Amino acid sequence: MATIDSKIPEGPVAEKWTNYKAHQKLVNPANKRRLDIIVVGTGLAGASAAASLGEMGFRVFNFCIQDSPRRAHSIAAQGGINAAKNYQNDGDSVYRLFYDTVKGGDYRAREANVYRLAEVSNSIIDQCVAQGVPFAREYGGTLANRSFGGAQVSRTFYAKGQTGQQLLLGAYSALSRQVNAGTVKLYTRYEMEELVIIEGRARGIIAKNLITGKLERFAAHAVVIATGGYGNAYFLSTNAMACNSSAAMQCYRKGAYFANPSYVQIHPTCIPVHGDKQSKLTLMSESLRNDGRIWVPKKLEDAKALQAGTKKGSDIPEEDRDYYLERRYPAFGNLVPRDVASRAAKERCDKGYGVNNTGLAVFLDFSEAIGRLGIDVVRQRYGNLFDMYEEITDVNPGELAKEINGVKYYNPMMIYPAIHYTMGGIWVDYELQTSIKGLFAIGECNFSDHGANRLGASALMQGLADGYFVLPYTIQNYLSDQITVPRFSTDLPEFAAAEKAVNDKIDRLMSIQGNESVDSIHKKLGHIMWEYVGMGRTAEGLKKGLEEIKKIREEFNKNLFIPGSKEGMNIELDKAIRLEDFITMGELIAYDALSRNESCGGHFREEYQTEEGEAKRDDENFFYVGCWEYQGSDEKAPVLIKEPLHYEAIKVQTRNYKS
Amino acid sequence: MDKNISFTLKVWRQNGPKEKGHFETFQMKDIPGDTSFLEMLDILNEQLISERKEPVVFDHDCREGICGMCSLYINGYPHGPATGATTCQLYMRRFNDGDTITVEPWRSAGFPVIKDLMVDRTAYDKIMQAGGYISVRTGSAEDANNILIPKPNADEAMDAASCIGCGACVAACKNGSAMLFVSAKVSQLALLPQGKVEAARRAKAMLSKMDELGFGNCTNTRACEAECPKCISISNIARLNREFIKAKLKD
Repeated sequence: MATIDSKIPEGPVAEKWTNYKAHQKLVNPANKRRLDIIVVGTGLAGASAAASLGEMGFRVFNFCIQDSPRRAHSIAAQGGINAAKNYQNDGDSVYRLFYDTVKGGDYRAREANVYRLAEVSNSIIDQCVAQGVPFAREYGGTLANRSFGGAQVSRTFYAKGQTGQQLLLGAYSALSRQVNAGTVKLYTRYEMEELVIIEGRARGIIAKNLITGKLERFAAHAVVIATGGYGNAYFLSTNAMACNSSAAMQCYRKGAYFANPSYVQIHPTCIPVHGDKQSKLTLMSESLRNDGRIWVPKKLEDAKALQAGTKKGSDIPEEDRDYYLERRYPAFGNLVPRDVASRAAKERCDKGYGVNNTGLAVFLDFSEAIGRLGIDVVRQRYGNLFDMYEEITDVNPGELAKEINGVKYYNPMMIYPAIHYTMGGIWVDYELQTSIKGLFAIGECNFSDHGANRLGASALMQGLADGYFVLPYTIQNYLSDQITVPRFSTDLPEFAAAEKAVNDKIDRLMSIQGNESVDSIHKKLGHIMWEYVGMGRTAEGLKKGLEEIKKIREEFNKNLFIPGSKEGMNIELDKAIRLEDFITMGELIAYDALSRNESCGGHFREEYQTEEGEAKRDDENFFYVGCWEYQGSDEKAPVLIKEPLHYEAIKVQTRNYKS
Repeated sequence: MDKNISFTLKVWRQNGPKEKGHFETFQMKDIPGDTSFLEMLDILNEQLISERKEPVVFDHDCREGICGMCSLYINGYPHGPATGATTCQLYMRRFNDGDTITVEPWRSAGFPVIKDLMVDRTAYDKIMQAGGYISVRTGSAEDANNILIPKPNADEAMDAASCIGCGACVAACKNGSAMLFVSAKVSQLALLPQGKVEAARRAKAMLSKMDELGFGNCTNTRACEAECPKCISISNIARLNREFIKAKLKD
């Protein structure tokens, strides 16, 4: 059986990264020019890595599937980015950010990685401000902060409700500067289709030009994938339409371990599902929970009236509202972490207290905040989110709806949990290198920093930490012994074989000629994933889910229909390739969820809960990273390899947000 | 509750940049009002695929108005009739039963059609590469709070920075000018002390790249501002002109 070496440096947790940097091997400037790096993806992680590596002198090839690097889905992150600056003088520190992140992740993250993340968080803010990212500011000209779920300090930096956009545009501008300088070559509307391995090392990729439909070969000394998460395996999620798990699955099939796939984050504040034609779910930023209060009716008959449409939220007076998060978690209230808030919403709706026609929604209410701060201040903070909500639902949350006994009630928003982020991903060691030599994974597509649940405003932090401040150091430790390796020819048989495999796959998919569109099969997969591998999982349900996914695979292989030909642009073919990988991805999530007989973070097994309905971890048996190894065929079950976790700085305990 | 509507859809089809295009007409039946415009096109594409025909190609991704990938000229307006919203944020409740809805790609020399409704906007990347940045090395920044920025300046920079690079301004402009796009980036960076150092060079480099790529010039018709889904103000163009003149005077 394979063994796992996470390469965590020696020494106390607070000194590991400093020690590592002091002793790692470097590549001198003349040699950097001779070394090529492929970076797949241009989100926060990919763009910041490509820009930094290019600036250091490496020759970088950077790929994205959209028409421009600026479209990557990092752009949609709303709320903010965490850093341990302690500008608010509220007792924050690197240690506290580290501690909150480990605790928020339900003690399933790797301690050393998280400490490093907290440590470099401050440099990220400095870097972004220097790039011209227009963060929110106080009247004195200093940077403003707000608080976010899972923290008792205000450490979140933000740019209106568009923080991801501004940080990505910062990274995109740094990338554009390197393209101009000639150190980075950009390939837009290109999709990675296969990883090329030569003598056990990642040496290139096969990519499809999405406009011409042609396959092209690219060689390099190292390959970095920064291709995001796999939330779209559920069909409906807050991910963009083109987000996919294909690059990660290609690496997994070539031998990269896939870690903790069952850790899927379900975000509590999304606009509820309407109708069956819906293509995606829209997130309402978690920052709304700073001032918004979440509630359902206390009385079942009020809930029934809301479901029937005979009553509106504003008809229900204060005394009949159940602010269930404030009731259950007095210390954190509406700012409990996402997994806790999502499960609490599901619990209320399962008991019949849901507030829309499907019974699958809760209220997020600003009446108290508007009363306290005035509508102008509330609109200044959340105006763009209110507008977005109104455009989609035709309801304006800032509008006065009713006055009962002198209390003003404004239209509440309706929200419900939805698939949002995936903590699991390609397994990486401390250097962000996968189990394949020369293959690195950064950002959401690796597994390392968030454990079983990610805190709000930590995804942006991790993407930029990996890309600006971690990978550019650690990749040199690998490349330092590659300086005598000449550039590779793409005529090598390994490239030809990889290209042929992709071509054969495309021919196979095109020739099925069945009767079902890609989307209709994807929707079915999504229903199964949400039903059996979603928010509340059971061993029985997961087994059933695995059987159902198998049927979806059969249906896909027998009944898929792709119009047109493989020549030129074929959007259905591209979606079909991604769907085939989502099916394998879905199975992997279910296998991991089934093997983890405990509840932790985003993974909730109904058999393992306390009497109060809280997640019940089993540290004795499951204090490990679950790494899955591919067994040569999608039809075969993967094999689990465990990386035991070792905590030195933090005492593992039950997560408590009550007191 | 939203009503269902039925309508006639006229969609531009074009096989490639050099091919001749044409309108194709479809009858859409019982589309719920809470369907987004792009979900309506998804429904059309599912219909086409069920008839074993090729779907209509259009750009889209985040579907929440921030990535800038979606485009479309709808009934003669970039991003359709709603103000301050992208096509993906447009809902069918904005239309009436019996309407005829015409859908075209961006039409501009700077953005050639790739296929159907999809256009090539790489020119925007090239303009950005010419100078849309502050030259700062990774890891060389000072503490973020050492640079104090008055709140009004920071807010104004943020407003300019909210450009999503969709290209609606170019599509709306009779001259096919990219001035609003360029001015938003130049303004954002010129308003911040970090960006002032390179302000002159930036304005010149981005404008000359814009000219080189075949975009027209600005004649202050304000169509761009009216159609911008992010309501970027043309006062940014005035600031760009000031920066440009300052740069020229220094030469």
